[in-house]
Amino acid sequence: MKKQTLHISTSPHLTQGTSVEVIMRNVVIALMPAALFSIYAFGWNAALVLITAVVSCLITEHVLCRLANKRSTVSDWSAIITGLLLGLTLPPIFPLWMTFLGGVFAIGMGKFLFGGLGYNVFNPALVGRAVLQGAFPVAITTWFASFSADRFTTLHSAVLAVPFMEPVIDGTSGATPLSAFKFDGITTEASDLALGLVSGSTGETSSVFILLGGLYLVWRNLMNWRIPVAILATVFVFSGILYWFDPVEYPSPLFMLFSGGLMLGAVFMATDMVASPITSWGVMIYGIIIGALVVIIRLWGGLPEGVMYAILLANAISPHIDRLVRYRVYGTSLKTS
Amino acid sequence: MRTAKQTFKHGIHPPENKEETNGLPIRQFSFAPLIILPLAQHIGAPSKLVIREGQEVVRGQILAESDGYLSVPLHAPVSGLVKRISNVPTISGKMTTGIYLEPFPSSTQEILDGEPINLDAASPDDILMGIQQAGIVGLGGAAFPTHAKLKIPDGKHCDTLIINGIECEPYLTTDHRVMLEQSDDIFLGIKYLMKATGAKRTIIGIEANKQDAADLLRERLPKNEAISVEVVPVKYPQGAEKMLITSLLGKEVPSRGLPIDVSVVVVNVATTAEIGRLLPHGRGIQERVITITGPGVKKKGNYLIPIGTPLRYVLEQVGVDESVSEVYMGGPMMGVAVANLDISIVKGTSGIVVFNKEQIEQAPQVYPCIKCGACVDACPLSLNPSKLGILAKFEFYEKMAEEYHLMDCFECGSCSYVCPSHIPLVQYFRLSKSIIRKRKVA
Repeated sequence: MKKQTLHISTSPHLTQGTSVEVIMRNVVIALMPAALFSIYAFGWNAALVLITAVVSCLITEHVLCRLANKRSTVSDWSAIITGLLLGLTLPPIFPLWMTFLGGVFAIGMGKFLFGGLGYNVFNPALVGRAVLQGAFPVAITTWFASFSADRFTTLHSAVLAVPFMEPVIDGTSGATPLSAFKFDGITTEASDLALGLVSGSTGETSSVFILLGGLYLVWRNLMNWRIPVAILATVFVFSGILYWFDPVEYPSPLFMLFSGGLMLGAVFMATDMVASPITSWGVMIYGIIIGALVVIIRLWGGLPEGVMYAILLANAISPHIDRLVRYRVYGTSLKTS
Repeated sequence: MRTAKQTFKHGIHPPENKEETNGLPIRQFSFAPLIILPLAQHIGAPSKLVIREGQEVVRGQILAESDGYLSVPLHAPVSGLVKRISNVPTISGKMTTGIYLEPFPSSTQEILDGEPINLDAASPDDILMGIQQAGIVGLGGAAFPTHAKLKIPDGKHCDTLIINGIECEPYLTTDHRVMLEQSDDIFLGIKYLMKATGAKRTIIGIEANKQDAADLLRERLPKNEAISVEVVPVKYPQGAEKMLITSLLGKEVPSRGLPIDVSVVVVNVATTAEIGRLLPHGRGIQERVITITGPGVKKKGNYLIPIGTPLRYVLEQVGVDESVSEVYMGGPMMGVAVANLDISIVKGTSGIVVFNKEQIEQAPQVYPCIKCGACVDACPLSLNPSKLGILAKFEFYEKMAEEYHLMDCFECGSCSYVCPSHIPLVQYFRLSKSIIRKRKVA
């Protein structure tokens, strides 16, 4: 036998074959139905908002990596997810310069400051959105009716607003179902909500398409289904009890499930692996906390919507849940904490 | 009684790749022109030489005696001439004292008998002594001296003997073939083992992918013996003692404890066959069954190979691709990649797997932990490899051991196998464990 160059590695010599890239790419694929539907419902406005958010996240990620003298991590697909999620939580006629700023904050503050992929405590997209909510409270609650006739022919003036100028907002309409309920006591049919025939943020109106993406990820075994199930079940049960006591004061549990950003948040944001607990019991507790906070903020808080704050708060306690809720180690009788 | 459907928590399902060799009967391997025998072939003190250079030895003759309780003798695998006693390379990369033995070309190679251990007359201690004298160590790969494992500590007792026929490592079919071809030896071995341990019953545990072996052993079960065959689901690492005990009996071995703490002794099935074959003649181990397989091998199969056969000779005989670039001894999950083809087959070698260039997984890019939880759901001990990996990176070794049960980890590699970030988790843990042990000693 000839002289051989042997390759030395330590066992295991096999791997399962999945990678972070594969996971992230599939999440992007899973987000496509919701993203495409939002473009269909809101036209070019929504398309520009989504594209701007993604581009902004990618540029920020690349530039910050370079500034820190690190290898650029734009190719791992995670910044695209952040951009898509951020875009999907914004109103369809959100000014693009604000959108861009949101992407910068999402990646810079939500991800890079913590150390990049894997180290973020909060869902970066929600960090970006929280900044925008604080900085531009009017723009972020200015809605646009879905399926307007000219959505593919004209751009709304607000979208192209000049940076640092208050956008002139005219001709907008369409309060979201949640704000209509909160401020005027008007409820919307659950079927309209589920099909996305309402106004709202670009990506949160199409519950069916969001669920479709979620089911795809569960099928590929890339998502912890316990998280959305725990959140949605908690919202349903909690608001169902309230509705049963007083159907005039409180909205129906179906309305609660399908309105606002709950679906998008439960399926795609609360499930951010990095910012959620790691054990089955841990994610159940995490999901229940989010569900309960959503109901509390929506029904008794000052804002019509509470999904963003609910998830961010739960992100913050996620490491503590991991510390408290562990699997019992084989051969030990007591839980260690 | 638990049904065979029950199993331990978590675990993984690597591709089995057993079909290429599990139908191939065990074949005798030829003698190499030079046999190289390291004295350290087991955990514990290496054997002590009792021969000198230039001496002629007979097959089966003791070349080195056991040196202390955790040590077994080494027998001549062939009749021949002791050419040299000097350093030999081992798989760990270290050199160790060994014997270069040149077989006589025309020898009949009859095996020398020693003092037979009569099953009916021998006491448990006689049997343990016989097992030690036969040079028997765990053939599953750990190479722990079997007599020491069988010695029941004061205050404990053994009620169940488990014969481990799981062989959960992908590619390996050694135990499968032994079960199909050496059932008489296995049952005789069980009788010796039951007498030595005082076990009241024996369970032979077999994974569902070896149903034919289970059927055959069931058919041939000796009458009037409390022996049963249980088939368990295919899952890695089912062959780990603790996991197998949980699958078969529903018991958990205490953390940092041994099977005897739950009154169980586990013995590998090939080891059991060896006991049944050697003890009635008072012989020692000369050879063992080894699966040689992998995409780089031409004549795959299960071979009976003399201990001390150089790896290079083995590969030449079975034929390997020119582009062979990774060879490991043991299975792909826990086996050790060899750095040097001049090492030889030892008692603990259960398989040789050869990959060529195309099959080598290129070192993938390592990403930070994304806390996906895959490792947590893979770990059969319900440890938290994700957290342990982060702690290892920051060198919090004490915390790993005290708070996160690192020392329980038996390095099955399930965590590294599933990690999408390709973090070398089990590799970190091996290193951390050795650092902790060194600190304890210091």
